[in-house]
Amino acid sequence: MCIKQVPGVSEVKIDPKTNTLVREGVKSIINPNDRNALELALTLKEEHKVEVIALSMGPPQAEEALREALAMGIDRAFLLSDRAFAGADTLATSHTLALAIKKILKEFNSEEKYLIICGAQAVDGDTGQVPPELAEELGIPQITYVQNIELSEDKIVVERKFRATEIVVIETKLPALISVLIDINKPRFPSMVGIMKAYEKANVVYFDSNALNADKSKIGLNGSMTEVEKIFFPERKVNPIMIEGSAEEIVQKLCQYLKNDKVF
Amino acid sequence: MSIIIDEELCTGCANCIESCMYDAIELDNNIAKVLPNCTLCRACIETCPEEAISIEHEEVKTQEIDISQFKGVWVVAEHYKKKIQNVSFQLLSKGRELADLLQVKLSFVLLGKDFDDELEELSLNGMDEIIYIKSPILKDYYSDLYTKVITELVIENKPEIILIGATPTGRDFAPRVAKRLNAGLTADCTGLEINLETRNLLQTRPTYGGSIMATIRTPSNRPQMATVRAGIFNMPEKVKKNVNIRKIEYQFEEKDSVSKIVKIISKTKSNVNIEDAKFIVAGGRGVGSREGFRIIEELADVLDAELGGSRITVELNWLDPDRQIGQTGKTVSPKLYIACGISGAIQHIVGMQNSEIVVAINKDPNAPIFNWAHYGIVGDLHEIIPVLIQEFKKLKSEE
Repeated sequence: MCIKQVPGVSEVKIDPKTNTLVREGVKSIINPNDRNALELALTLKEEHKVEVIALSMGPPQAEEALREALAMGIDRAFLLSDRAFAGADTLATSHTLALAIKKILKEFNSEEKYLIICGAQAVDGDTGQVPPELAEELGIPQITYVQNIELSEDKIVVERKFRATEIVVIETKLPALISVLIDINKPRFPSMVGIMKAYEKANVVYFDSNALNADKSKIGLNGSMTEVEKIFFPERKVNPIMIEGSAEEIVQKLCQYLKNDKVF
Repeated sequence: MSIIIDEELCTGCANCIESCMYDAIELDNNIAKVLPNCTLCRACIETCPEEAISIEHEEVKTQEIDISQFKGVWVVAEHYKKKIQNVSFQLLSKGRELADLLQVKLSFVLLGKDFDDELEELSLNGMDEIIYIKSPILKDYYSDLYTKVITELVIENKPEIILIGATPTGRDFAPRVAKRLNAGLTADCTGLEINLETRNLLQTRPTYGGSIMATIRTPSNRPQMATVRAGIFNMPEKVKKNVNIRKIEYQFEEKDSVSKIVKIISKTKSNVNIEDAKFIVAGGRGVGSREGFRIIEELADVLDAELGGSRITVELNWLDPDRQIGQTGKTVSPKLYIACGISGAIQHIVGMQNSEIVVAINKDPNAPIFNWAHYGIVGDLHEIIPVLIQEFKKLKSEE
């Protein structure tokens, strides 16, 4: 399963006066949706006695995310870290992840039967593109936006939410990749014992571009088809009239405004 | 590859440190210094008033392709129960604009089963051509069959731009197609423009929860692919003109897909129609609990408004799924939208930004919802709404 370390963006806001970012108490976290992927992997481990391997790509500090995953109960952790991986768009990211997955599958002799679990999207980039691109690169079927799964010996049956109110039930053979929605489960917290083990005994294995035998033209900024032309802060659509006072005063003023606007 | 700070130009103003989402810049002797955890996202470059920040990287590009061979704009249709989704029509209206700028054809690519009798009606939506891929199995969406058909069509026809709805369906096959073609793909664009000199598609999208906008381009490859959410662009005006129809029949069978559709379950309970509602009262996480949501319902009742909410309220089971407003829910445009305890993530905003008057009630004065509200109230909704309900009741009885 794949996880990503992201900034705690829910804490990031725009200062309305200066139109700049306010970053109070922001720290890096496991992408919230990836916690659901982790939880699902751990549930499947308990039910089916499978081995769970977590993979992440990022700077060395992303090791914290993998340590947390180890504390939750995964078996092994791999971190793809190299300056050459930086600046990757989703094409280059999925290529790098696929190289590592192929290498790991070979080492564990499980190229025939495996399941890749990803969160449906990350809170920072929020593209949701890496899971299908990774499946394509691995040449396996994908089912995205999954909210329920049944795993059996050689196949999965999943519920995929394809519209706000509609679900399609799909069956496919292993190996396969799924991306899971945030409502699939409630992620567990790491136990004390888990945390101790994760920091004292467990090992995070690092792969750089050489270890993956990566073609330098297919990773990082060089392997990216898209590039950022510019970054800017969004414009405010309207300048709100802020209504202040006691609850009674606020309500009186608001109703007056709405009447003037001919809403009623 | 790295971000370079020109130490001569840097004044130590720390704007870049503020802008960095990854805590990857610090001041060292009053000069900005980039740390190893930098992800090259470039947010800092724009914020530097001295233009002291730049990006340096060694180009190891693979062989360039001749991008001038690629011509035309495509929109890939999405349909459910034989009905083309609004997002596909909205893409046709934007696609028309782009195709006119580029002076190329606009094609509507439709993979389906029973559309023969609909083609004439569809042809009123401004395209020059409809490419209709007909196969009984394509009544439903199959990830692998869509990928195969669209990739083959692209290789044969070489369009320069492909627009796809940023729905769970579009976001499923678009990346797979992009990977197979090694094409650049930009998700959830809110703005699309053309640089006429390079014919590059300039794709603007919100990132980091909508706190930053990024404009993305694919300079060295084609096609340029983009997904766009519903409600971002307008519906096209109907025009009668000659539309070329290319019908291609595919002999797919069920076994041609690696996946099997077992069944489709619909969870729609009632005929909720918040899309056409005049008044909407919507709640977010700030409402606090399922019980807390009652007060939102009461406010909706007294206003004869429809009840709505952000995605999280549906996930927490406070609200029925068919009342979800936003990127993965409904797009609404009421006369009055009252947002209660909604922080205003861009995913929600895209669903309600066309409301005429927006009133936002939130405890947090920095909540992004206030950037989209006409009237803002900073305070506890559980104190304000009961008073509001009383006042609306009074107004109603006076009428």
